[in-house]
Amino acid sequence: MDWEYASAPESSAIADIKDRYLPYVDGSFKEGNGEDRDTVNPGTGERLSTVSTVNAADVDRAVNAARRAYQSSWSQLSGAERGKYLFRIARGIAERSRELAVVETLDNGKPIKETRDFDVPAAAQHFFYHAGWADKLQHLGLGPAPQPLGVAGQVIPWNFPLLMAAWKIAPALAAGNTVVIKPAETTPLSILVLAEIIADADLPPGVVNILTGAGDVGSALVTHPGIDKVAFTGSTAVGRRIQRELAGTDRKITLELGGKGANIVFDDAAQDQAVEGIINGIFFNQGQVCCAGSRLLVQESIADEFLERLKQRVETLRVGDPMDKNTDVGAINSEAQLGRITALLKAGIAEGAQLWSSSCPLPKNGFYLSPSIFTNATPSMRVTREEIFGPVLTTLTFRTPDEAVTKANNSPYGLSAGVWTEKGSRAMGMAAALRSGVIWDNTFNRFDPTASFGGYKESGFGREGGPSGLAAYLDTDDEVVR
Amino acid sequence: MSHLAVSKTYKLFIGGAFPRSESGRTYQARDSHANFLANAALASRKDLRDAVVAARKGYTAWSKVTAYNRGQVIYRMAEMLQSRKAEFVELIILSRGSSSKIAAVEVDESIDRLVHYAGWTDKLAAVLGSSNPVSSPYFSYSTPEPTGVVGILAPADSALLGLISVIAPVITGGNACVVVAAEENPCVAITLAEVVATSDVPAGVINILTGNITELAPHLAAHADVNALDLTGAGTQLREPLEQAAAETLKRVYVPKGDPDFTAAPGTSRLRAFLEIKTVWHPTGALSLSGGTSY
Repeated sequence: MDWEYASAPESSAIADIKDRYLPYVDGSFKEGNGEDRDTVNPGTGERLSTVSTVNAADVDRAVNAARRAYQSSWSQLSGAERGKYLFRIARGIAERSRELAVVETLDNGKPIKETRDFDVPAAAQHFFYHAGWADKLQHLGLGPAPQPLGVAGQVIPWNFPLLMAAWKIAPALAAGNTVVIKPAETTPLSILVLAEIIADADLPPGVVNILTGAGDVGSALVTHPGIDKVAFTGSTAVGRRIQRELAGTDRKITLELGGKGANIVFDDAAQDQAVEGIINGIFFNQGQVCCAGSRLLVQESIADEFLERLKQRVETLRVGDPMDKNTDVGAINSEAQLGRITALLKAGIAEGAQLWSSSCPLPKNGFYLSPSIFTNATPSMRVTREEIFGPVLTTLTFRTPDEAVTKANNSPYGLSAGVWTEKGSRAMGMAAALRSGVIWDNTFNRFDPTASFGGYKESGFGREGGPSGLAAYLDTDDEVVR
Repeated sequence: MSHLAVSKTYKLFIGGAFPRSESGRTYQARDSHANFLANAALASRKDLRDAVVAARKGYTAWSKVTAYNRGQVIYRMAEMLQSRKAEFVELIILSRGSSSKIAAVEVDESIDRLVHYAGWTDKLAAVLGSSNPVSSPYFSYSTPEPTGVVGILAPADSALLGLISVIAPVITGGNACVVVAAEENPCVAITLAEVVATSDVPAGVINILTGNITELAPHLAAHADVNALDLTGAGTQLREPLEQAAAETLKRVYVPKGDPDFTAAPGTSRLRAFLEIKTVWHPTGALSLSGGTSY
């Protein structure tokens, strides 16, 4: 018997998508002097809206506005007052949460159940958490009166547009900095709705400035001489370039870059639970997650059985319309990203890995890819080493815990890892041995503003969330100099 | 009958041993009056690469040592330095031209600096880590871990205190290091290596090269198995190209804000610069939500 779900689409009416969006500088929405860009709905492949983008002169104006705001208003406020603005923003996000979820899904392509249940509530929580820190910075253990850095230049990616904006803006403001932030060119809409919330909260003009545009705008921003702090989330290649460009400048940098997370399944794991966790690890947000569990390491003695269970479960994932509340896997964010993933799929096949893909039907229009699993992969293959940033899992096997640790750590990246075992001592021992910034024992992709997040090795440096995330926006240098 | 003194051959310190430079090169260390003091090894790129290999092994051993034991080992370094105080005072007077009083103060402060860091090893997790009250049924904690292998360019103006002030915070956190000693002070640096070698510090945790910083530093900054760099001794000329080279593998780079005053109480900047924060999540299940726990 063939069971079929009736479609259950969320209405797009609440998003009230406008025909044109403007960058937000110095407290108002102003036409940028760059070229207009269309933003596309990845679920349909059709134009969603048009966004006015900025040029270098606009970057200059925004940085100056942020500097003025830092000097004249934001740094004059008490921590308690700063905190109250952040609480207002947190409430504003919660109040417009369904609208934000729909905007995000339309612009990004991720399933509505993810934006509704994760992205938007987590963004509100980030503001709420950091609001409370604003008048308690002296309790961070960084001295009696930690000082802000000044103007923060921030560049965020397209995979969690609103949430990344919250991760960047909330700690910066709580610590007393002002912000110039650039969203990705394919996902500018949700942060411009956030700009409305910020404006409604009466945040002083220039404290948060939002610049639209592509990589050239981001580059102009992070290298602008008026910036005191750079925070970037994105690819390791761009992070490396930013660090190189800022060599010798004393500018404090935090980089949250790529990953190739190992998800390790031991023979004593609760297999059904592990299957769910592996799926969450690699198919959450279509695998377009820097901390995705993209390398499955499964103990050899259970490998065949486990992979069979995994494939059976992946077959049942519903791939398609991101606006459908039943959808598990939505659209890839852009045609270009779909092309990059497909190129790596081909590279994996050419190198001799075996590709299995779910037989699920895909919508005709929009950017979609079937959830896929590589087996028979070797550690030297590109699909094992490189971040695919898509719904593609690469599978390796191991025999002993030591071998699992060695294989998991055999990567220039070090962002995340997962461990599946029913043995508590092994779980905690593995957590200590893995060289990654976040370890999930018998779970995956858990995030919380109280728990710091960030990478080892070439996954970047600096943390977001928790006390160490605030340190990234404060002058923490306490060495006495002559 | 007078006794002809036996003078020391100053060699490199790599992996717990004292090899000559594989290049066979030496340079002349001069005293404060520019007179010949000793021949020092002029380390090569190959020596540096050997030192990084040794440091990676040292890191593996050292990062497994308990915090309590690491503290004891660093305290042992202080003991060894204390017992050789006279030798260091004499060397500092000779090589730097310091008065005996100033040299004695520098050695005393160096001993105290090691004692200070010996007491840090088992406090880092409490001060820099946290238990995270996450809003879901998980036990989550964040804890500092060593960054790995740290390349250190030692400062030139503080022969012993400066050298110890850059090494101690790095090893306190559980890292291993490859130190390029200040070119002018090879004798103090290699004599300190003798302290290290007799202090139960595992082989490879501290490796010291003497030679030309301009020759060695670019290779250290570009080495893919070095995780972090301390550019204290780099000087303004070298700094930018070294930071550029470091960016290729996303190294953490510590650059002091100015000319560090090593006689001042050390803060925590140097400790934090070479630590990573790891966050671990562990499920607590339904019990944690229903059992009236503190979550």
